Amino acid sequence: MALLEVRDLTVVFQRKGEEPFRAVDGVSFDVEPGQTVGLVGESGCGKSVTSLAIMGLLPKRGAKITGTVSYDGTDLLKLSDREMRDRRGRDLGMVFQDPLSSLNPVVPIGLQVTEVLERHRGMPRKEAMIEAKDLLDKVGIPDPNRRLKEYPHQLSGGMRQRALIAIALACRPKLLIADEPTTALDVTIQAQILSLMKELVQDLGTALVMITHDLGVVAGLCDEVNVLYGGKVVEKAMRHKLFAEPRHPYTHGLLASIPRLDAAPGEKLTPIRGSVADNIPWTSACAFAPRCPNALDVCRAETPAEVEKLGRLLRCHNPVVPGTPAAEEVPV
Amino acid sequence: MALGVTKKEKIDGLAESAGVSLAASAWKRLRRSPVFLIGATIIGIFVALSLLSPWLAPHNPSEPMLIEQVVKARNEIPPPQPGHPLGGDLQGRDFLSRLLVGSQQTLIVGVGATLIGLAGGLILGTLAGALGGWVDSVVMRIVDVMLSLPSLLLAFSIAAMFAKPSQFTVILAVSIVQIPVFARLLRGSMLAQRHSDHVLAATALGVKKNAIVFRHMLPNSLSPVIVQSTLVLATAIIEAAALSFLGLGNPDDRIPEWGQMLGDVQNVFDTHPHLAAWPAVCIIIVALGFTLMGETLREALDPKNRR
Repeated sequence: MALLEVRDLTVVFQRKGEEPFRAVDGVSFDVEPGQTVGLVGESGCGKSVTSLAIMGLLPKRGAKITGTVSYDGTDLLKLSDREMRDRRGRDLGMVFQDPLSSLNPVVPIGLQVTEVLERHRGMPRKEAMIEAKDLLDKVGIPDPNRRLKEYPHQLSGGMRQRALIAIALACRPKLLIADEPTTALDVTIQAQILSLMKELVQDLGTALVMITHDLGVVAGLCDEVNVLYGGKVVEKAMRHKLFAEPRHPYTHGLLASIPRLDAAPGEKLTPIRGSVADNIPWTSACAFAPRCPNALDVCRAETPAEVEKLGRLLRCHNPVVPGTPAAEEVPV
Repeated sequence: MALGVTKKEKIDGLAESAGVSLAASAWKRLRRSPVFLIGATIIGIFVALSLLSPWLAPHNPSEPMLIEQVVKARNEIPPPQPGHPLGGDLQGRDFLSRLLVGSQQTLIVGVGATLIGLAGGLILGTLAGALGGWVDSVVMRIVDVMLSLPSLLLAFSIAAMFAKPSQFTVILAVSIVQIPVFARLLRGSMLAQRHSDHVLAATALGVKKNAIVFRHMLPNSLSPVIVQSTLVLATAIIEAAALSFLGLGNPDDRIPEWGQMLGDVQNVFDTHPHLAAWPAVCIIIVALGFTLMGETLREALDPKNRR
């Protein structure tokens, strides 16, 4: 049995007097123990809402969550607030996007690490401090004794993210959700943080759900990749398969739009035309149709069904034929 | 070469400012602000004066040592004379001593009223900001009602409710008026904290609600409240003086208080304006000092003004 089984997860935001908005629309995926699964998509496709729904961090009012999220056999969505609070940080850890704003600016790093240890492992402060020092050491923060006493603003961006990872992993959760953990960091630090996460995940046997818009991150880290568009999974496959042979026009467009170092000078980039704002609802069409180079009449008339074939899940009426080069060239 | 040096210095400066805390960088700017220095000097002198006044005052402020002069000539106020540079008051007490010792009462009332108001505001603001929902609505409606009344009028009404006015009733009346100001301010910054990333991150770690409120939200919401309290000190001093002036203050006039001194000389103001002028000027200067310091503190702590 998978460690985390997300089935048909749907999140609808409803405000009084406004049309309900389906941020996540029937997302299903599994995470095996120790496996790294990626959720990929551009802004507004529902990746972050999915992660917040799994963690039970969406506001009670205004967000209607349906489906199941079973962790080790228990449905997290059915747990009480108190039970969920006991599990957060202990069974499920989370790392956020912006390491500076995710740390409490007025509390020294050390206390922010020991807070979780005291809370979930019932350690006395002194013992927790020793453990905190080991943790900072493990995530590669030099001179941990000094850093324990420092405030977040005294640390560099990379060190802050390392500290956050240390905090998230302090209680050895079996599942770690990382929501764009490298977005706020510069490229060299990104690489360090990613290799650190890879290493820790392997050492501790932690399963990782990696949420990102950066396909480079996915390529280096994930075993399986879910591509989200408009709140639905449009393509799901093992990493190698997805990169070698993207079938959904959206995935294909994402991969084609990555700037390449080996491209000829002056060569144009290949963006996906339009923006998320052009989406049409999934109800009786494919949400991606207005932006899709492969769109047929049927794409605007019928919701494409999820089809699983040869270990790949695809939701498309007219998938890309393997071997097609970048769809079109648009001057940027 | 010279250009290179300045560039390097600039870079060093940038590196420094990146690792400096809000308090430290605020202090750096305050130190150079003449307005802050003026305010701080006034307050420094005022606090020193009120602490040392029992020793600085040339005479006992409650002893009617010039009473013969008052009795001899009816309705006469002892004029300035050797040993009594400002003369005496209506009861023949040394005016300079009363003025000096009067600073004590002003400090006690100002600080006391601000602290009680701050405490009340912290409790209400924390309740509203942390719990939200109907608690927030109820607390904020009460605050709205209190704010809709003119503060001085509200203070008068509260002070007048007590059968026996005393120093404590003045403090209480003035402090109750300050509560809504603090409550609203704290609630606002608590609400902002509630949706901040680090509170979400703490929630994602399963931190308990109490700890989230008191360790993560409250300490990060306090700086505007601290700034406000220096401004409220000025208002509290003026309002306390106004209450005493109108006779709602401490009836025991052996302990001098500036507002009360002002009220006592109402009838002789046209013939002896100096008796009113001195306490009035003292009140104005002290209130100005606190206001100057509060305003510059607010500017210095405002992240928008950070370089």
